[in-house]
Amino acid sequence: MLFALEVTITGLLVGLMYSMVALGFVLIYKASGVFNFAQGPMTLFAAFALVSFLAFLPLGFSLVGVLVIMVALAYVVERVMLRPLVARPPLVLFMATIGLGFFLEGLTQAIWGTQPRGLDLGIPDTPFDLAGVFISRMDLFGAGIAGVLLFGLVWFFQKTRTGRALRAVSDDHEAALSVGIPLRRAWTITWAIAGVVALAAGILWGARLGVQFSLTLIALKALPVLIIGGFDSVPGAIIGGLIVGASENLAEVFLGPPVGGGIKDFFPYLLALAFLWARPYGLFGREIIERV
Amino acid sequence: MAIFPIPLDRWGFFTMMIFAFLVVPFLANDYWISSIIIPFLIFSLSALGLNFLTGYAGQLSLGHAAFMAVGAYGSVILYGRYEVPFLLSLLGGGLVAAGVGALFGIPSLKIKGFYLAVSTLAAQFIIHWGITHSKWISGGGVYATIDTPKLYLLGWLLDTMMEKYYLTLVIVVLFVVFGKNLVRSQIGRAWMSIRDMDVASEIIGVSQFRYKLLAFAVSSFYAGVAGGLLAFVYYMAANIEEFHVHLSFKLLGMIIIGGMGSVLGSFLGAAFIVLLPIFINRLVSGWGVLFPVDLLANLELMIFGGLIIFFLIVEPFGLARLWLTLKDKLRLWPFPY
Repeated sequence: MLFALEVTITGLLVGLMYSMVALGFVLIYKASGVFNFAQGPMTLFAAFALVSFLAFLPLGFSLVGVLVIMVALAYVVERVMLRPLVARPPLVLFMATIGLGFFLEGLTQAIWGTQPRGLDLGIPDTPFDLAGVFISRMDLFGAGIAGVLLFGLVWFFQKTRTGRALRAVSDDHEAALSVGIPLRRAWTITWAIAGVVALAAGILWGARLGVQFSLTLIALKALPVLIIGGFDSVPGAIIGGLIVGASENLAEVFLGPPVGGGIKDFFPYLLALAFLWARPYGLFGREIIERV
Repeated sequence: MAIFPIPLDRWGFFTMMIFAFLVVPFLANDYWISSIIIPFLIFSLSALGLNFLTGYAGQLSLGHAAFMAVGAYGSVILYGRYEVPFLLSLLGGGLVAAGVGALFGIPSLKIKGFYLAVSTLAAQFIIHWGITHSKWISGGGVYATIDTPKLYLLGWLLDTMMEKYYLTLVIVVLFVVFGKNLVRSQIGRAWMSIRDMDVASEIIGVSQFRYKLLAFAVSSFYAGVAGGLLAFVYYMAANIEEFHVHLSFKLLGMIIIGGMGSVLGSFLGAAFIVLLPIFINRLVSGWGVLFPVDLLANLELMIFGGLIIFFLIVEPFGLARLWLTLKDKLRLWPFPY
């Protein structure tokens, strides 16, 4: 029983880190109606940039440096890719982000090579004992960052002027324009925020697994999280992440051995398919009513 | 309407056929045949399958490579383990892929767009796991690889590159002619009506259930046959690592660059993607500067991604539309008014 609890807790903590990646997707989807497939490569890009800054700068300055780069990236993406694609079907924008993903993958590896790099944040990855249950310090740290980020974002979207403007944009581009919300700036801001989330995810995953190409695959893990939580819900991303993290860990430990293991890789997708069947818009997603 | 409404196309098609059957074997050496022309033909076939689903029926799929894998393993197992004749096992692999594809197409009845993209991506991962973890499928070999046995077609051993080239060419041509006719038929028109406006097409009596699943099945069938061919004549083995999620994205890139909703576009896109690395290589080596290999590969990724964005912005119907525009201009040339 204690073991099951430990497995669950580990899963939940990892799940929070999935939530971080999923959050990046949700933000862009909320504010521009675009499903950003380049979130994974953006995470990789941010993590590599941070590692190379850390080589000659202290942590604080490096973070600022990467933030500047991510904002610049958002600006370029808006200018080069989004602006000419205004008013095109969402699917076209989606495919454009696939193109952007390829581009960023190539760029990242062209600059920094394919060698994995270590990212040391100075947090010992030793478990500590909490009433008989062992918990990894690293996971706890990651969960903490995820929590802070989540709280900040919810506050930003609900309470600030800019956040509300972004939500208006996602609801209806034209109506938002007509009440005087600058669409282009809204998009730039959204992509910049997604860049920040990518950086946070890059730090956490990079410290855990090393900064390497497989970080882009973590973004694919975030997709089931979105399906389960709903594409346009911040709390959905968090709860979806927790569900995915806990269930995949439990499934791996308890269902895995008889079928040869490796369930973790696809179990979240199976769960997502079940959700698609029973509740297509996720737990917290806004239901778009469309009858045929 | 005739399959080629204007003579230019008709003669163009026959010229291409003569070129492919009679001229190419004399011009190209074994290297060109084995590592450029054969993969080009096979990837065209697979891209055509994806084009049915995404370009004609409007259903986005990110799991196309997985259906190719099903076809590859299916046909190799049928041929190697059950000694089914080659052509039948190729078709059998395709049929298995079609069944699996239709199965994963079921969610498309309730959802569309990004949601469908995720559910097809689920197909990619589930199939990958299924193949690597099932002893019966992968044969328990290292990395789930099954080598293909010697290839006999009607008792005749195919072992030279030229024989394999003709085999691939004949199969691809047959499938393309079938596909070209399919999209002009009632089925193709039903797909296009679903793509353009699903509510309206349901109202005029196009069964969404039937035609969406059919689109998934046909698309996966083409993918399966292409996967089988890839295993038999190109890789000489069925290996799951060749059918990674990246290939799915690449195929999607092919049809975006080549032209969605166009048979010709599938070929142009595949040619573009297969030739791009060679072109970059030539260009760079022409400068006399030695670039490291992995930098070239990354450059290729960047150009590929950039081109996808470029085509989506500038010419959403891809190279095929450019060709169409050129043709229209030529018909009126030199007096456009």
